[in-house]
Amino acid sequence: MLHIDEELNRLREKLLEMWDLVDHQLNSGREAVMNADHELADRIIKLERKVNNYDIKIDRMCENFLALYTPVAVDLRAVLALLKINTNLERIGDTAESMAHFVKKLDRPFTPELVELTNMMVMYDQALAMFRDCRVALVQDDPKLAKEVIKLDKALNKIYRKSDRVITKYLQANSDQIPEALAIFSIIKKLERAGDQVTNMAEEIIFYREAKVVKHKRKKKKKDD
Amino acid sequence: MTKKHSKLEAINLDAYYGDFHALKGINIAMEEKAVTAFIGPSGCGKSTFLRTLNRMNDYIDGFRIEGQVLLDGRDIYAADVRVDELRKEVGMVFQKPNPFPKSIFENVVYGLKIQGIKDKNVLQEACEKSLQHAALWNEVKDKLDKSALALSGGQQQRLCIARALAIQPSVILMDEPASALDPISTAKIEDLIHELKKDYTIVIVTHNMQQAGRVSDHTAFFYMGELVEYSKTKTMFTSPKDTRTQNYITGRFG
Repeated sequence: MLHIDEELNRLREKLLEMWDLVDHQLNSGREAVMNADHELADRIIKLERKVNNYDIKIDRMCENFLALYTPVAVDLRAVLALLKINTNLERIGDTAESMAHFVKKLDRPFTPELVELTNMMVMYDQALAMFRDCRVALVQDDPKLAKEVIKLDKALNKIYRKSDRVITKYLQANSDQIPEALAIFSIIKKLERAGDQVTNMAEEIIFYREAKVVKHKRKKKKKDD
Repeated sequence: MTKKHSKLEAINLDAYYGDFHALKGINIAMEEKAVTAFIGPSGCGKSTFLRTLNRMNDYIDGFRIEGQVLLDGRDIYAADVRVDELRKEVGMVFQKPNPFPKSIFENVVYGLKIQGIKDKNVLQEACEKSLQHAALWNEVKDKLDKSALALSGGQQQRLCIARALAIQPSVILMDEPASALDPISTAKIEDLIHELKKDYTIVIVTHNMQQAGRVSDHTAFFYMGELVEYSKTKTMFTSPKDTRTQNYITGRFG
């Protein structure tokens, strides 16, 4: 194996380790949200420091790689993509942490009816699935899968867009549940953000494999419509 | 600067060509089984320093040194050191491939024959092993009796590396080993250096900064006979401490 490939692999493996850590945060976050589990929420919050250390380490590895190997073409795109994926991963970790903070404000699990109406857990599962598919796309160098991941974000956005109406309507009938409804709305907003961050990562995989810039393209098209 | 064993070390080393003070108070320890690169503008002393490491400057009129060069802790300029023995331990590869006008086989085993080894099996085994180590075996195994001069430049340079390896040195000095080669051959030499450092201590002089970045673990920047900065290569290429180093590696010199 070429020396430059060895270094790129080291970088990629480090990023995948971080990915697994953030996966653990998100996955635990699901349990914590469902059961209003404060202890689990605390553990998720604590993991943030570890994720931050990975972020710094990977930034540094990318800096070294650029300085020492002066990469071009696919190697250059790879390191640029890994650098941006790193930033987004770290933010997804932050998102998981924020959700854990909302959990810590709960004194009991959410009302099942409200969870059902808002589709919060459906959204959570969808976000988690996107996050995992995106990892597979990176491991398998699969831009097609990355494009599928981007499509999945639409479902998240749909739930998000509906949520304010659903929650307003619910609160009109259940005005005693304002704090709970606000917490759900906040988590939904965070999940929507996580979907965007996974989309950013998928776009970077496409850029790396196909040398195509796909970010901001869809939004433009929408405006044209 | 490192916890690992220092294979080569210069202590308060000064070198002179007559009145010209070519190296000024050099102190440096080079790590075993690692690649140390010397960089710096022409005339900065990096090649002079490289050549003090196996006493290649000894025969230059008016050349003299003060201070010490230690190989495994032993001063190579001590009165009882035999230069031919030293060069068995510290091999060298030059800028331009310089194979002898002999067959590939004869080139590789040349040093061994000079040492008096005649056993054909021993020579053949050494030849194959060295060529394999130099990543050249597969390309030449069917034409070992052909002239070395018929090989391409890149192959000739790897042959010279094989010739240096055959006498089983522990240190290999390389003086711009890829500067006369095309990019593909250069990449092969660089990957070879990366492989060789598992078994050898390598010191390389290069004008190509990217090459220093790619192949070396530590880099020393020389300027006007001084060792300006010596650090891990990744430190030097991301955050050099001395302004002169920064100006040199970013191409803003002078």
